[in-house]
Amino acid sequence: MERRLPSPASLRSAPSPAKRERGGPVAKRWGGEGSRTTLPVLTLLFALLLLWYLGAVGLNRSLVLDRYERDGHRDWTLAELVTDTWSMTRPILPAPHQVFAELDRSVLEVAPTSPRSLLYHGWVTLGTALLGFAIGGVLGIGLAVGIVHVKVLERSLMPWLITSQTIPILAIAPMIVGVLGRAGLPGIIPKAIISAYLCFFPVTIGMSKGLVSPEPLQLDLVRTYSANRWQIFWKLRWPASLAFLFTSLKVAIALSIVGAIVGELPTGAQAGLGARILSGSYYGQTAQIWASLIIASLLAGGAVASVGWVERLTRRHMGSTP
Amino acid sequence: MDMPSATVAASAVEIRGLSLTFDTADAPVYALQNIDLTVERGDFVSLIGPSGCGKTTLLRVIADLQAASGGVIEVNGVSPQEARMARAYGYVFQAPALYPWRNVIRNVMLPLEIMGLSRSERMKRAERVLGLVDLQGFEKKFPWQLSGGMQSRVSIARALSFDPPLLLMDEPFGALDEIIRDHLNEQLLQLWQRTGKTVIFVTHSIPEAVFLSTRIVVMSPRPGRIVDIVPCDLPLDRTLEIRESADFARIAHRVRAGLRQSHSYEEG
Amino acid sequence: MSGPVPALASLGAVALALWFAAPIDASSGGAAWWFWPLLVLFLALSWYALRRLMAVGDRGARALIVPGLFGVILVYLWQILVVGLGIRGTLLPAPSVILAALLDSPEILAQDFVHTFFKSMIPGYVIGCGSGLIVALLVDRVPFLQRGLLPMGNFASALPMVGVAPIMVQWFGPDWPSKAAVVVIMTFFPMLVNAIAGLHALGRIERDLMRTYAASYGTTLRLARLPAALPFLFNALKVNSTLALIGAIVAQFFSSPTVGMGFRISTEVGRFNIDIVWATIVVAALAGSLSYGGIAMIERRSTFWHPSFRKTA
Repeated sequence: MERRLPSPASLRSAPSPAKRERGGPVAKRWGGEGSRTTLPVLTLLFALLLLWYLGAVGLNRSLVLDRYERDGHRDWTLAELVTDTWSMTRPILPAPHQVFAELDRSVLEVAPTSPRSLLYHGWVTLGTALLGFAIGGVLGIGLAVGIVHVKVLERSLMPWLITSQTIPILAIAPMIVGVLGRAGLPGIIPKAIISAYLCFFPVTIGMSKGLVSPEPLQLDLVRTYSANRWQIFWKLRWPASLAFLFTSLKVAIALSIVGAIVGELPTGAQAGLGARILSGSYYGQTAQIWASLIIASLLAGGAVASVGWVERLTRRHMGSTP
Repeated sequence: MDMPSATVAASAVEIRGLSLTFDTADAPVYALQNIDLTVERGDFVSLIGPSGCGKTTLLRVIADLQAASGGVIEVNGVSPQEARMARAYGYVFQAPALYPWRNVIRNVMLPLEIMGLSRSERMKRAERVLGLVDLQGFEKKFPWQLSGGMQSRVSIARALSFDPPLLLMDEPFGALDEIIRDHLNEQLLQLWQRTGKTVIFVTHSIPEAVFLSTRIVVMSPRPGRIVDIVPCDLPLDRTLEIRESADFARIAHRVRAGLRQSHSYEEG
Repeated sequence: MSGPVPALASLGAVALALWFAAPIDASSGGAAWWFWPLLVLFLALSWYALRRLMAVGDRGARALIVPGLFGVILVYLWQILVVGLGIRGTLLPAPSVILAALLDSPEILAQDFVHTFFKSMIPGYVIGCGSGLIVALLVDRVPFLQRGLLPMGNFASALPMVGVAPIMVQWFGPDWPSKAAVVVIMTFFPMLVNAIAGLHALGRIERDLMRTYAASYGTTLRLARLPAALPFLFNALKVNSTLALIGAIVAQFFSSPTVGMGFRISTEVGRFNIDIVWATIVVAALAGSLSYGGIAMIERRSTFWHPSFRKTA
C-alpha cells in the first residue's frame, strides 16, 4: 500500500514520429529525466510563489482593512494595502519573505543547539524518525523473509498486515505516547514505535515482492546446483530484492518522519518539529508553523535523497549502470 | 459496404518518391529513401526485409501514423490523413492489442462504436465477421482466456468489422509458432479471396510472403529503400502444399537474392 | 475435512484449560504454575492447527479461514496474557474490557464516528480525490506541466501534510470544515500522481489503434485511456481512504471541537479513561478496514481484467 507508484512510467507525449529522445540515454539521471524536468519544476515553483503572494493579499486583506477602520485611516492606496498585507505580525497567510525571515531567524541566526533553532528541533525529529525507520526496516525485512519462506505465515499473517495499515495508527499516537510514557519508557521510544509501525509495512510488501521476483528459470538453475534454501536466499533472492527494497525504503523513511512529527503532537512534547507546529498554533505564530513545515519538507526530501544516494552506490557496486 | 467513404480510384495506394528522415543527435537516419510503389486494388502486397529496412515505417506512413519528410503518397486517391479520417483502412498491429476489459465481441465492436452505429447493427456486423475468422461461440470470452492465435484472429476480425477496402497488417503472426502460423496464413488467404480487399502485409518470413502475396516488395536498410518487386504468379486458390512446388522455390529464391544483394545478411 | 479437526479440537481443549489457569482477577498474585507450560502447549498446537488448516485451500470464502483463526488466536492470547500476567488496565486493557466499553457508551462513539467520518472524512475524500483527477485530466494535454507536477506531486505525497492542520483551522475555523480541508490536501497529491501515471498506462499500440479509427481525444479518453488508468486510480483511492481517516482524526488534535474521534482520544488519554480511548480506536480500526475493504471489492469488480487479479486461464 505504497503512497508512491511502483514505478512512475517515463512520460512521453502522444505518439509522434519517433524522434530520438533529446539528450540521449545519458540524460536519464537520477530523479527522473534529468534535464527535462528541471525547467518545468522551476516554472511551477515560480508560479507557486506568485500565487502565494497573491494569496497573502487576498487572505490578509480583511484584517488590514479592519485595522485601517480602527485607526481612522481613510485614504489608503492599493500599494499601501498590498505592502501591509505582506508585513503583518499575525497574518492569516504569511508572505513568502516573512516565512523566509522566520526561517532565517530560527535557523541561521541562532545556535543550532538552542531550543529556538529549527535545526535543533529538526534534529530531534530526525533522531526519532531514524530509530523508527531502523526498527521498522528490520521488522519489515524479517517479516518478508518469514512470509516468503514459511507458507503458514503468509496465509495467516498477510491479511492482518494489510488490515493493520488500514487502522489509522497516527490517530492513536497520543494514546501510545501517553500510555507508554506512564509505563516509564523514555520519550523517544513510543514515538519511534509509531514511526516503525508506519514504516514496516511498505518494507514488508516491497521485500516480499522482491524476494519472489527471481524468475522460475533462475530458481531452477540454482537448484540444479543443489543449493539449499539459505544459499538460494543469499545468492539469488536477496540481490534480486534490493531494487524493491530501496523503493520501499524511500517510502518508509518519508513515513517515519511523518510518524515522528505526529508522535510529538500530544501534550508533553517539548522538542521536535511537531512540537514547534503545535506551539505555533497555540500562540498564533503562523510564520513559525510555516517555517517548521518547510524544514520538515526539506528533512523528508533530504532523507529520501539520501536513500537514493545509497541506492546508487549499491547499484554501481553491483555492476548496473547508474 | 457503404461506411468508409472511399473514392473509387484506379489504385489503392500510390507512392512516388517518398522519403522519411529522422534528425537525431548523432546523424540523420534515412528511414525511407525515394520509395516508388503502386498497389492496385485487390492486390496482396508483402513488404519484406530485415529489421530497420523501413517496412513498418512505410506501413505507418500509409496509415497516417507517421508523417513523411518528402514525396507524394495517396491512399484511395486522397492523402493518408483524409483516408484515415474516412476510415478507409483497417490496421492490424504486431500484437493483438485487444482491450482486456472488453470481451471478444465488444473488442470487435470497438471501431463500430466509435463510428456511431446502432447496437443492433454493431452486433450483426460483429457476429458476421467473427464467423469469417471461425470464432463463433467465443463472443463472451475475454482476451486473456484465448490463445495467441485466437487473439490474432480477433484482432483481424476487428479490423474487418467496419469493412474497409484496405487492410494494413504489420507482422500479425510474428509471435506465433509455425504450426499455428501456417493455419492462420491459409485462413487469411481464404479471407482475402472471399472479401476482395487490398492487403499490404509486413513480414520477415520469406515463405509467408511468397505464400500469401500477389507481389513481394523486397526492402533493405540504411537507407530504407526498395530493392526489388517480385511478382508472384502462383494460382490464387493455393493451399499449403504449394510451398513444395518448383515455382514457389523460384520466387523464394529471387526474394532471397534481393535480400542478400543488399547485404542484409551480413549487417547486424 | 478430517485432517484439521483433531488439531482444532485439541487446540480448543487447551484454550479452555488455559482460561481456567489464568486467575479471575489480577490481584490474586499471578497465575498458577501450570499456566506457563499450558501456554507453550497452546502456542505449539496453534501452529500445528494452522498448518493442518492450510489444506482447506484458499478459494473464495475459504481464504478467510486461516487468517481468521490466526486472528482469533491472537485476540485470545491477548486476553489470556493480560489477565494471566496481571497487566494494568491503564497500560493495556483486555479485549473483554474493551468490548464492555464499546457496549457501554454507544451514543458517544456513534456521535464521534458520524462527525468524523461523514463530516470531515467523506467530503474531504471526495473533493481531494476528485480534484486530483480533474487536475490530472487538465494537464493531460500539456506535457510541460506534467513533467513539473509529477516530481512535485511525489514530493508532496511524502510530506507530513497533517502539519497544515493548524493553518487550516486558522483559515476555516475550528469546526469540521478545517478538518475536511486537511483531508483534501492529504488526498490530492497521491491521486494526482497516480492519475497522471494511469493516463499514460495505455500502451503505444493501443493508442495508435485509436488513431487509426480517427477517434477524437474525448473518445480515446473514455473508451481506452480511462479504463486502462483504473488500476492506478484504485491504488490511489485505497491509499487515500486510510490517509483521509488519519487526517480527519489527527487534525482534531490541533483544535478543540467538542465532538469527534480525534478529540475523544486526545482528551480522554489525558483523563486516564483508557477504556473509551480503546473503544474509539476499535471503531476507527473498523472504519478504516471496512472502507479499504469496500474499495478493494469495487476494485475487484471493475478491474477484474488486470493481470494482478486473474489466475492464469
